[in-house]
Amino acid sequence: MKLLTGNDLPTGDVLWWTGSTWSRHVEDAGDVGDRGESIARVEEGARRVNGAYVIDATATPEGPRPAHIKDRVRALGPTVRPDLTLKPADPAAGSWVI
Amino acid sequence: MYKYDQYDQQIVDARVEEFRDQVKRRLAGQITEDQFKPLRLMNGLYLQLHAYMLRVAIPYGTLDSRQMRMLATIARKYDRGYGHFTTRQNIQYNWIKLSDAPDILADLATVEMHAIQTSGNCIRNISSDQYAGAAADEVADPRIWAELLRQWSTFHPEFSYLPRKFKIAVIGAEEDRAAMRLHDIGIQLVKRDGVLGGRIYVGGGMGRTPMIAPEIKDFVTADDLLSYVEACLRVYNRYGRRDNIYKARIKILIHEIGADDYRRQVEEEFAHVKSLGLDPPKAEFERITAMFAPPSFVAADTPATPFVSSEVETPASATGVSTALEANGDFQAWRAQNTAAHKQPGYAIVTISLKPTGGIPGDATAEQIDLMADLAERYSFDELRVTHAQNIVLPHVRKADLYAVWQALDAAGLAPANLDLISDIIACPGLDYCSLANARSIPVAQKIATRFADQNRQRDLGELKLKISGCINACGHHHAGHIGILGVDKKGTENYQLLLGGSGAEDTSLAKITGPGFDEDGIVDAVETVTNVYLAKRAEGERFLDTYRRVGMEPFKEALYG
Repeated sequence: MKLLTGNDLPTGDVLWWTGSTWSRHVEDAGDVGDRGESIARVEEGARRVNGAYVIDATATPEGPRPAHIKDRVRALGPTVRPDLTLKPADPAAGSWVI
Repeated sequence: MYKYDQYDQQIVDARVEEFRDQVKRRLAGQITEDQFKPLRLMNGLYLQLHAYMLRVAIPYGTLDSRQMRMLATIARKYDRGYGHFTTRQNIQYNWIKLSDAPDILADLATVEMHAIQTSGNCIRNISSDQYAGAAADEVADPRIWAELLRQWSTFHPEFSYLPRKFKIAVIGAEEDRAAMRLHDIGIQLVKRDGVLGGRIYVGGGMGRTPMIAPEIKDFVTADDLLSYVEACLRVYNRYGRRDNIYKARIKILIHEIGADDYRRQVEEEFAHVKSLGLDPPKAEFERITAMFAPPSFVAADTPATPFVSSEVETPASATGVSTALEANGDFQAWRAQNTAAHKQPGYAIVTISLKPTGGIPGDATAEQIDLMADLAERYSFDELRVTHAQNIVLPHVRKADLYAVWQALDAAGLAPANLDLISDIIACPGLDYCSLANARSIPVAQKIATRFADQNRQRDLGELKLKISGCINACGHHHAGHIGILGVDKKGTENYQLLLGGSGAEDTSLAKITGPGFDEDGIVDAVETVTNVYLAKRAEGERFLDTYRRVGMEPFKEALYG
């Protein structure tokens, strides 16, 4: 599957395209197929996202899992600071990245 | 320390307002990201993996307690309660909002700080010896020249759009604590027949093509120094490649045309530049020099001073060092490892290690930053230094006060006694934060530090500089590590190459790759393996690096790969 991701312009937060809007949680991301670049153009033009790009991912029961470790780090947060990730209550969340 | 005059302050204040307007226009959609990106980078603002990252300049790594407290305030007010001290003697914040950036720069400007020259193809923040003005082996204080170069280089119209970024280091001692020959220009202040001048090295660097700078001029008098550096830059600006980012650094130019031809062209340019009168007026140079006058040292036998702050209070009985020495082995170990000889009798240079076992190299919480500021104000004539090894220095501490300083540091988790030992690891932010990285650096550093946590084991290994980069750009200085580690992407997984034999000191050398890389746990085992080879092969008094240089790579490769 293909995901569209980027950053929120004023905050820099990592964003994922859900199919209709942007979410900070990769679990909400939807498959954009071959429409990623056209969605990115529209959304960047409206300043709802910054630096959007398409990535490969696999569908899992827990939700989409980006193919590359860099995007998994983006999706969760720094593996060395579990308290600063999107899942601070789950110290083992970093294993999803590796 | 240097203090801004009205011109410095006006320049920085104007820059803040200029950037405030640029951010406003970007958020309003009046300029695109392509237009905005070079503008934000000129103000140290990057977009990294999780958020914007702000790199704040700390000129030649020197700052006072007021500035240090502002760094803590920014961590607390705009970030997530911590900052990351870098290998360029700067500090980075990892969780910055674009909308906050102008206010942050405005706050920094109130304490004579900014983020200029921390990005872009300009002359970057000048780096220097963290022991400047304090080192027992110093010929001259390099901060005076670093400050002069800062003023000359900031917004220099010719050198704001160089072919590539440009890094200058200035040292004033025989011992190189600034990796001087791994800079685009390295200046070593020396005296010849009683006359102060500089030995000039040009064309060093790390990154994907590491090179040691050749000596371009064995002696330039102090009066000619700025003009000579200007000439070095002009030749580079004229002939440096702009068509290929990977061949754009000055080291490539000098490698391609040769040091002799480069030197010839610099000499020709210097003859012209010297006629332009670019060197500073005597009065201006004296104004700068006066700000780096030695502090008012007190007699060595002055009684010690207990430390009291809102966070830490040393016992009232802690008034002398001799009793404490006998009582506390941890203090003894710290004093032996983390203090250095000072040029003033009765004083020592203290290095605060930001490398606790299992911690993140270079990170400090807002509370720790505040504490270090308090200690600097109380015990070190209000001065701190950031080292390229990601530690903090209190440059002028009375030996009688060392125990009180240590107590305060220890209570805040800032007293690892590991300076220059295997756990004093340089590590770039790596793939946990950096958009350029291919692999994570910090977890590897944490695992190695944990593996070698035993203090006696570390001390037995002796001086061992281990440096980790998460990509080929080498922000973690892996080329200069006695042991270097380079993280790479191997078919989508993290892989770590091991390098041996590098040095960023006066015996500068580039590390060589041992062979095939390792996974995350494998690289920790590999480091242990090469240290075991060292222990088995070392001769009396040899450091790891000395043994490697004597026996060569083969025994290490044999142990690693069989």
